[in-house]
Amino acid sequence: MTFGKYLIQRLIYAFLVLIVISFLIFMIVQLPRGDAVDRIVNARQAQGDIITEEDEAALRAQYGLDKPIYVQYFIWATQFVSGNMGHSMLGIPVNKLISERLAATMLLSIISLIVTYALAVPIGIFSATHQYSLGDYFWTFVGFIGLATPNFLLALILLFLFHKFFGLSIGGLFSPGVEEQPWSLAKALDLINHLWIPIIVIVTAQTAGTIRTMRATLLDELGQQYVITARAKGLRYRQLLFKYPVRLALNPIVNSVGYILPRLISGQTIVAIVMNLPTLGPLLFSALLAEDVELATSILMIQSILAVIGVILGDIMLSVYDPRIRMEKGVT
Amino acid sequence: MMPDALLEVKDLHTYFELEEGTLKAVNGVSFTIRKNRTLGIVGESGCGKSVTAQSIMRITPTKNSSMRGQILLHHESGAVDVAQLDEDGDEMRDLRGRDIAMIFQEPMTAFSPVHTVGNQIMEALFVHGERDKRAARKRVIALLDEVGIPAPERRIDEYPFQLSGGMRQRSMIAMAIILNPRLLIADEPTTALDVTIQAQILRLMKRLQRDNGMAIMFITHDLGVIANMADDVAVMYLGKIVEYGASRQIFNDPKHPYTKGLMRSIPKFGTTIGKHLATIKGTVPVPLDPPDACPFANRCAEFIAGTCDVRMPAAVTVAPGHSVNCVLYE
Repeated sequence: MTFGKYLIQRLIYAFLVLIVISFLIFMIVQLPRGDAVDRIVNARQAQGDIITEEDEAALRAQYGLDKPIYVQYFIWATQFVSGNMGHSMLGIPVNKLISERLAATMLLSIISLIVTYALAVPIGIFSATHQYSLGDYFWTFVGFIGLATPNFLLALILLFLFHKFFGLSIGGLFSPGVEEQPWSLAKALDLINHLWIPIIVIVTAQTAGTIRTMRATLLDELGQQYVITARAKGLRYRQLLFKYPVRLALNPIVNSVGYILPRLISGQTIVAIVMNLPTLGPLLFSALLAEDVELATSILMIQSILAVIGVILGDIMLSVYDPRIRMEKGVT
Repeated sequence: MMPDALLEVKDLHTYFELEEGTLKAVNGVSFTIRKNRTLGIVGESGCGKSVTAQSIMRITPTKNSSMRGQILLHHESGAVDVAQLDEDGDEMRDLRGRDIAMIFQEPMTAFSPVHTVGNQIMEALFVHGERDKRAARKRVIALLDEVGIPAPERRIDEYPFQLSGGMRQRSMIAMAIILNPRLLIADEPTTALDVTIQAQILRLMKRLQRDNGMAIMFITHDLGVIANMADDVAVMYLGKIVEYGASRQIFNDPKHPYTKGLMRSIPKFGTTIGKHLATIKGTVPVPLDPPDACPFANRCAEFIAGTCDVRMPAAVTVAPGHSVNCVLYE
């Protein structure tokens, strides 16, 4: 099987999976009792408006909620595929809401991912090659602290400390008033000033797990026979360490790169809420709370698409990286 | 010292410090490997034969192992005591692969699964100074051909899992002999292979020994293979050599009760039909803080209480070049 053929096969499967997922998402978001119109009616009534049965029916017809559920699904699905994700309950196009937040989300996620790997991989290698040394215990300790501290708590502590000692408000990605300005050096610097604290918070949580994975897989590989073979050939320990065991120990990490795609959206939601970051996580959260059907469905759908693409991407990267996987799948 | 000695091991001890105590894997072992000859080391699993090999290569796990004794590698200009070298130093690394090379039991795990066999064999040349990649590749293809791998110019770019077990072991042998080492240590090289492939690999090793003039230290638990391969034989039990001599002395006139037991346990064509094969009762104990006594005492059919369990018998020469450690011959 050629690589192209393999890719097409994977994409066809992915498409089928997405159809099933889209139906499930659509159904689940509709599940809570009542619908958006009920809530609009309640809100208006609370303000003293008198809403007749006809008004309610007209609202339902306007949102398409009078049709059977499967018809609603097809209408939504065709719209979604053609790129129109509908409007949020506040009347803003969903496309606009999402694209506004996508850049910030990706910026934060990708930078924190790079920092995570840049820290975790070398520390993991150090810990494995110096197993049970003082350094290993130190990093294990730091790692577990990072793993055990709830992210949002760390975020709150940092917010408090910066406010108390430096008088800084570090919420959001820009200082008040800067966001609306056109891009300039000052705006970029302001962004960088705000960016590093959320990155610290996110990285602290992610690094610990990655260190543990790297340490454990590398320890496993260091005990393999091929390490002894390489030593018997006369290789320096350092030469063989990076050529053989580290290379193999990176397998799960290479594979997991694909899984960051779905995390772009819902990962770190609580931190984003606490730190007032304009990412997609809080948007999804509030959409779900408000039963904003079109917004929530769209975000969940995009997340699912990213997840499926991420898995394919991870598999492709791993098969490029590891010949055994390539052969197993019969791809040349 | 024998005039044709290549490697002399004198009173070698290799211990591992474990939480449970000191594991005396190799506990006072002496033998000589002669130039262009094969020394067979035979023993059950856990008798220390592999650790002996690793000690000679200085590739025992470093953190908790300790070593003492002499390992003299003779050159024209004199001898190097391998045991005194820094195991991570340049001198030792240069010796590995160039003077002493090693092949292993399971060629699947002994190769990295994600690098081509060509890459891994060529690496042996590169670490020992080869710079010319094209020349290295040519040399490897020629060598793969020599060890009997068909279509070597294609196989060189294949991964270990694409080769059969026999071909993997042939590649492993090619990797070991590419620098014409003077000593090849073979640690159970045929144990993982089926019998026909085993015979082919043994023939290959004998041919290479004849053509290249190298000594072989052949480690196995298979007496049939030893009989086929070895000029000299050392029988190891629980970290000690209990009997040592020329192959024909050991096979025709075994002295130690353990060696005799091993010989009895070989099925003989036609004579053991319908009978149970003789076994040695019990199992090899773990050499954790072993007492200073005959290691075989607790399983020996000729055990003498108050003698065998109180001291280690000295080596007794029963015939020229044939020695045994047993009180029966003292």
